[in-house]
Amino acid sequence: MNRHIFLLALGSILMIAACNKNVSDRTAGLPPLAPANEDLNAGSWRPILLSRPDTFAVATPAATNSPLYVADLNEIKGYQTHLTSDQQGQIAYWSAGGVLRWNEVMRELVAKYNLAPYQNTDGSYPTPSSANPFAYPFFPFSNPPYAARAFAYISAAQYDALVACWYYKAKFNRPAPYTVDPTIKAMAGKTGLASYPSEGAVLAGVSAEMMQLLFPDEIGNVQQKLQQQEMALMASGAATRSDITAGEALGRQVAEMFIARARGDNAGKAVGTPADWAKFVTTAQAANQVPWLSLEAPARPPMLPLFGKVKGFLCDSAAIVSLRPGPPPSTSSDEMKSQTSAALKTIQNATREQMKIVQFWADGIGTYTPPGHWNAIAAEDFVKQNWSEVRWARNMALLNMTEMDAAISCWDIKYFYFNPRPTQLDPSIKTLTGIPNFPSYVSGHSMFSGAAATILGHILPSRASAYEAMAQEAANSRIYAGIHYTLDCTVGLQVAQNVGNYAVKRAQIDGAE
Amino acid sequence: MLNSKKVAFSVALALLVAAPAVLKAQTDEDGIMMDKKNLCIGATYMHGSWDHYWEGTFKRNNQNLGTVSTQSVMVMGTYGITRKLNFIAGAPYVWTHATAGTLHGQHGVQDLSAWLKWDALDLNVGKGVLSIYFLGGGSLPLTNYIADFLPLSIGLQSKTLSGRLLVDYQAGNFFATASGTYTGRSNIIIDRNSYYTTSLHLTDKVDMPDMASYNVRAGYRSNWLIAEAVFTQAFTVGGFDIRKNDMPFPSNKMNSTMAGIDFKYTLPKKWNALSIVGGGMYTLAGRNVGQSTSWDLGAFYVLDFSHKRSKAHTSASEKK
Repeated sequence: MNRHIFLLALGSILMIAACNKNVSDRTAGLPPLAPANEDLNAGSWRPILLSRPDTFAVATPAATNSPLYVADLNEIKGYQTHLTSDQQGQIAYWSAGGVLRWNEVMRELVAKYNLAPYQNTDGSYPTPSSANPFAYPFFPFSNPPYAARAFAYISAAQYDALVACWYYKAKFNRPAPYTVDPTIKAMAGKTGLASYPSEGAVLAGVSAEMMQLLFPDEIGNVQQKLQQQEMALMASGAATRSDITAGEALGRQVAEMFIARARGDNAGKAVGTPADWAKFVTTAQAANQVPWLSLEAPARPPMLPLFGKVKGFLCDSAAIVSLRPGPPPSTSSDEMKSQTSAALKTIQNATREQMKIVQFWADGIGTYTPPGHWNAIAAEDFVKQNWSEVRWARNMALLNMTEMDAAISCWDIKYFYFNPRPTQLDPSIKTLTGIPNFPSYVSGHSMFSGAAATILGHILPSRASAYEAMAQEAANSRIYAGIHYTLDCTVGLQVAQNVGNYAVKRAQIDGAE
Repeated sequence: MLNSKKVAFSVALALLVAAPAVLKAQTDEDGIMMDKKNLCIGATYMHGSWDHYWEGTFKRNNQNLGTVSTQSVMVMGTYGITRKLNFIAGAPYVWTHATAGTLHGQHGVQDLSAWLKWDALDLNVGKGVLSIYFLGGGSLPLTNYIADFLPLSIGLQSKTLSGRLLVDYQAGNFFATASGTYTGRSNIIIDRNSYYTTSLHLTDKVDMPDMASYNVRAGYRSNWLIAEAVFTQAFTVGGFDIRKNDMPFPSNKMNSTMAGIDFKYTLPKKWNALSIVGGGMYTLAGRNVGQSTSWDLGAFYVLDFSHKRSKAHTSASEKK
């Protein structure tokens, strides 16, 4: 009998060791993107930076009966006769949608680089430098404002590049390889869309080119992804080499425009100087306010204090100033005391359900940040819409320009008021997530979430109330965590809606509705 | 893991293996068995703390944590199904605390652990007795505590199954015990639906690496006193390193090498159903764990349902 028990135990152990513990991503097994509407007129949609869809010339493609094109087709046939399982995997992966997959790549990079630098031995902190990205601390530190801007640039550039792509598709109208030659298999599904230039290659080119600005350490890895996508496009029969070459070149040219804009958008100066940091303190003191203090040890300079001066895509600097809410209650007021004691009470009585909400929305160090979280929410809803790549790009651009401008507005407000966190006013307030290293008023999560919910609710009206509820929950999570006063969140959500409305206004006139 | 090694029996077994503080009376790591229909029950208090930890191989302190401590009270019992087959079970209440920074400590009931311990073979070897034990065990979270709040989580939420081979040799009052353990760990579900390890995962499920460990203990063992030195090494089979200044994560690689001492004192004469246990452990080396120093103290009582004068025995005392 003993032996039986033992064998039973041993058997269970072997079972646990052998059982499939594979954990797969929610978007791992998606079917190929099958647009319900090809948006054939998207070449006339309003771009963001491009003045015209044909700002960058694309050469007339070779005719489908030319020897050059026949060679292109033969290359595809060659791939299709010797498809490796890796290539089949790449075809399945990329066919779910280029905008989706590049968005996921971006989210991964944001999470990977979202680490605050470790202190120097003297207690000061090094600053990541784009001039020397491979040395510690690695460039960038993709904190929420950095991430918001990175998502915005890449999404906006993808959108402009696809508007140009759609313009040329309509102009040249060269059919897809599987349409020209029926012996070529359409392994990623068929569309009625012209294939020159390849929209997938446009996305690969524009995304890879943006990396020199956004994640310079990753240019090599991203180049590899570009090659995988382009190989998948050809091997699946969706595009020829000439479709790919033209697409990638167009994408890279459009990206250069965005990179040029980014180099002059003030983000490079957002770290500020010790003199800037000191001035926030003296300004708050002059107004008889307790100035914000870093609660990290050693004290860390505030996160990107001049990010409020970055040039937004939707809001100009005057709009940013006009978005500013009134001040929080004075740090010496009874109102502030009662807000602080409310924060203490909340943390002392946190329920497991509240802790779960805190964790779900925390999006702190090592994560893709709140803008990344809203990209995930959007992407997983967009997957169900069967949109064309250009409509995907347009809607992601609207979302991410909103998030960037929400970051600019939020950081402007935070450093304008330089208001302390609850824990600074009452150190007995312990927190359920890491305490962010920037002022309290208004809540960044509330602004990112409220702004995202506003534009996403416009894009998918049937989900508007769900987005609103999510934004409210994200805002509440910061109160439950003990890192915000209730007021930071309620005001943050209000300002966020105003930011989101700038995006709604653009959406109404960009020609896509 | 960054919370202390002896968070509890199960987590200690699953993660850092050496659990000298718990199950001290008749444990899953010694060569002692309860007699048939004897129940040994008791409780142990443990305190472990660290102010240095390893991020991967980088050893550091953290002024935003100060000293991280874990306390636990473990209630447990061992029952003699037969003289050769014992059942061991226990569960702890755990508190965590950081002396600096703003992170909120956690507390709660952690995991239920249970073992079947089979004294499979006793052989006269030289002047002593060599015994071979097979153990099979498992653990199960009893509450929905947060696993993904390291280093202040009270546990990791994984269900585990373990197999252990234990060899014990006793000659006179000298003994030595060696054991090797493999622990399979189930996936866990965390409160967020994406996380980064060495790549981004778009899911709330976390693949937990299995664990392996060995444990060596030797010293003096008589009916009234056990005094032993303990050395143990545990490692995850897989897992990944914490990056510089990143947060720890449940599926990190968590390796540790620890050494310590333990004792068990059984009261004399009519009090001999009662024993006091205690010990201390120090982490010599580690990876993605805190360099914990811990001590523990407990008391155990033997209830005899067989109505015979009986108590714990070792194979050596039997054979003599």
